[in-house]
Amino acid sequence: MSNMMEVQNLRFTYKGAAAPSLKGISLPIEKNKVTALIGPSGCGKSTLLRGMNRIHDLYPGHVYDGAIQLLNPDGESYTDILSLKKEAEMIRLRQRVGMIFQKPTPFPMTIYENIAYGLKLSGVKKRADIDEIVENSLRDAALWGEVKERLNHDARGLSGGQQQRLCIARAIALKPEVILFDEPTSALDPISTLAIEEMISVLRESYSICIVTHNMQQAARISDYTGFMYLGEMIEFDQTDNIFMKPSVKQTEDYISGRFG
Amino acid sequence: MGSGEHISHKFDEEVDEVTTSVLQMGGLVYQQIESAVTALLSCDKALAEKVIEDDVKVNTLDVQIDEMCNRIIVMRQPTATDLRLIMAIIKITNDLERMGDEAKRIARQAIDLVKRGALPDTFDCIEQMANRVKEMLNRSLDAFARKNVEDAFEVIGLDSKVDKDYENLTRQQITYMMEDPRKIHASIDLLWSARALERIGDRSCNICEYVIYLVKGKDVRHIDLKDLEQHL
Repeated sequence: MSNMMEVQNLRFTYKGAAAPSLKGISLPIEKNKVTALIGPSGCGKSTLLRGMNRIHDLYPGHVYDGAIQLLNPDGESYTDILSLKKEAEMIRLRQRVGMIFQKPTPFPMTIYENIAYGLKLSGVKKRADIDEIVENSLRDAALWGEVKERLNHDARGLSGGQQQRLCIARAIALKPEVILFDEPTSALDPISTLAIEEMISVLRESYSICIVTHNMQQAARISDYTGFMYLGEMIEFDQTDNIFMKPSVKQTEDYISGRFG
Repeated sequence: MGSGEHISHKFDEEVDEVTTSVLQMGGLVYQQIESAVTALLSCDKALAEKVIEDDVKVNTLDVQIDEMCNRIIVMRQPTATDLRLIMAIIKITNDLERMGDEAKRIARQAIDLVKRGALPDTFDCIEQMANRVKEMLNRSLDAFARKNVEDAFEVIGLDSKVDKDYENLTRQQITYMMEDPRKIHASIDLLWSARALERIGDRSCNICEYVIYLVKGKDVRHIDLKDLEQHL
């Protein structure tokens, strides 16, 4: 395997649900590539994404089956993240596999503190180190130029697009290996959307990315691989060009060309 | 193919409209070629002039279809089959427009022949070639209308016969020219017309290649017939 992550025959059932929401999904997340998940509402794409850093487990009782292999820092061996039990392991996992949500979620503190907070929690103590990481993260998230003069202002005073980039800066400050995006631009205007897309294409050089999006043109624009999901199953997974120009499964074709939804 | 209707009926209507326009343009170009060849064979100057005049109709349709495609691209962001259809249509109309120009060229040769008054000994060879080329165009348009890959493949196979016709005609006219230098002008006019017909045959093949691309998602341009068969 040369992938950053490998989802293997994953079945997932929400607590108390009669039927599984994911019915045996397999999917690679290739290193330094962008993988997009598309499909109609309720197809399980967000459920899959949230399984990939076990954010589901903030509320216990859900049932996983199968495996989600994550490449270890040694670059050779893999760990099945479904085998993690301890809270500390979970926190470490979510540092390695960061997540950006649909709505920006800035903490009610300054722009600087938004990023420094997670760093301090993870054990970075020196002020100079924190300053450096804050600046670099904001630069990577293409936000530094806009906020460098007002790092001590409340983050909630930023625009929606800026807040989203701040959340991305906050995630990359912790040096994740994978970044999961759950419809990161669906609450943003078209220009902010393009700014995020542009940023994702730059982030790809340093991170492996998986993005859930309702905007098919967005998937076509920014991803290298696309998976089309329907009713908890992976219908087709292929290079993005193939999915949008000559998909091999009729259901994929019908969905992306607007024939069912 | 035949993936059913879009959720947006307007999109279906737009696709139907542009497809119909392509077929309409194809019919018009076929008519132009037929008239041009008739004008040539019967030395009918008036008909030849009408062909030249009517080329503007072909050009107008060409522009209109491009505009429809532009609108669909910007408004619908077509994907998969829809995308390939729009791509194919843009390419097909381009070839049809050029075929229209070839028809105009034949009409011009017809006028030149009439003006000079020195007629070729026989039109048999060119008539046969014209019939074959018209059949190719007709069938390529039909393959497009019905999205039929087998037909498209067959039409591509016919091109070698047209090439053979062209070769025979060239040889025949060279003989005439050597026998009687006074016929050189007429023979050259005829060869120009044959050349135009041969190009129309090539462009009919192009249409068929786009049909294969449209249906199969495979680009089969620039490969020879044997390899093409394997692709299908």
